[in-house]
Amino acid sequence: MKTPFITCVAAIVRKDLRAEIRSRELLSVMGLFALLSVLLFSFALELDRQAREEVVSGVLWVTLIFASLLGLNRSMALERDQGGLDAILAAPVSRAAIFVGKLLGNFVFTGIVGFVLLPLMTALYGMNLLRAPLILTTIIGLFGFATVGTLLATLTVQTRAREALLPIAMLPIVLPFVLTAVRATKAILSGAAANEWQSALGMLAAITLIYFLLCLLLYEYVVGE
Amino acid sequence: MGEIKALAQEDLRLETSVPPRLLRLLSLVTVLGFGGTLFLGLRAAGTDIQQGEIQRIFYIHMPSFFGAFTAFGLTVVGGALYLARGSEKWDRIALAGVEVGLAFSLINLLTGSIWARPIWNTWWTWDPRLTSAAIMCLTYAAYLMLRAGIDDRMRRRAFMSVYGILAFVTVLITLFIIRVVPETIHPVIVGASPQNAQGGFEATSGVVTALIPSLLLWLTLLPITLMWHRVRLEERLDALDRLKMRVLSE
Repeated sequence: MKTPFITCVAAIVRKDLRAEIRSRELLSVMGLFALLSVLLFSFALELDRQAREEVVSGVLWVTLIFASLLGLNRSMALERDQGGLDAILAAPVSRAAIFVGKLLGNFVFTGIVGFVLLPLMTALYGMNLLRAPLILTTIIGLFGFATVGTLLATLTVQTRAREALLPIAMLPIVLPFVLTAVRATKAILSGAAANEWQSALGMLAAITLIYFLLCLLLYEYVVGE
Repeated sequence: MGEIKALAQEDLRLETSVPPRLLRLLSLVTVLGFGGTLFLGLRAAGTDIQQGEIQRIFYIHMPSFFGAFTAFGLTVVGGALYLARGSEKWDRIALAGVEVGLAFSLINLLTGSIWARPIWNTWWTWDPRLTSAAIMCLTYAAYLMLRAGIDDRMRRRAFMSVYGILAFVTVLITLFIIRVVPETIHPVIVGASPQNAQGGFEATSGVVTALIPSLLLWLTLLPITLMWHRVRLEERLDALDRLKMRVLSE
């Protein structure tokens, strides 16, 4: 007799959120990293007004992906070190539910970082990033990162080199998300016609859906017996 | 000592050290075919009017990408069948696909780079298609690194099957990127070329006579023959591992 899917997912998400509220480990690390990264970029690129408009979407997405990597590695390492995953696996729970639960947990954390980053960059770079289509792009893009990231972090955390391998495994695989997301962001920020960013956003959504289904199917093979 | 020898004979199946007849035949046909397509490309096809002799590199450049496509595609098939059936032979095919495909895509990058030097006046440019081809290579290099990092055999096979399937997305992107990011300068020979493409040439009859045989060879015979040899090597390495374990345990 298996627990219903939704109940499992909700329980895993609740567990992750509660652990985070108590320790604040993930969010503080990811948030601080995102802030440092944005500052570092603005010094490293010596962003003047003209250059800013060109690179701001790149800065946004590179920061988001590295913050995601940091959070995913930490979240999976915690799960493993404290035996959380073993306990979940011992329960009669479908592997897909574990995947969706962990995915939503990771997505919530990266999402929070994203929503701190958008107003922050708006203030620091003097460009309005808080636009509805851009927020939607960020949500979908981060969901995509979390999808692939959850699968690959579960995989790499069981390898010898552990943390070091996640960026190497994940960065090439998330390229399609970065490609379409940067494209949509650029078009939105430059005030291009709606159909220009809509096509990129549609592509991003389609890629996210394909990856979600693929990872959902494949997760049971990486999570162990 | 004699006992170990007997074990070795049994485990390594030394009597099968000669490749099966079909593989020998396949190897011969592949070598002859490779020589034949080189002759077609270097001698039979006419010299390009605009680009001259350097255009001939195209008869290797494009087919090598499609050879990598076949090899990486077989990695997906091998990975999926391993996950479904659990037989290690499928995982060996997947690994062979990655190694052969990686070698082919490096040939693809290298020949493209040599061609670009006189035509685009640079060895390398961060064009979307070049970038995605480079990322494709890095993905499969990551596959080999990941694989080396997993000690447990069962886990390694399952994980790498999953990664081999996911990694194929980068191959598809390289193939279709001109539709997503239209401002590439990479020419397209078959079908409409992008507006900014530089260094394109007409698919004349000379191109067709040299290109099609080469493409067919790289798409089928070359990757399959090389992968078969690689699978056999992997089988023997596994047998050697088993033998070591048995000798150590006795």
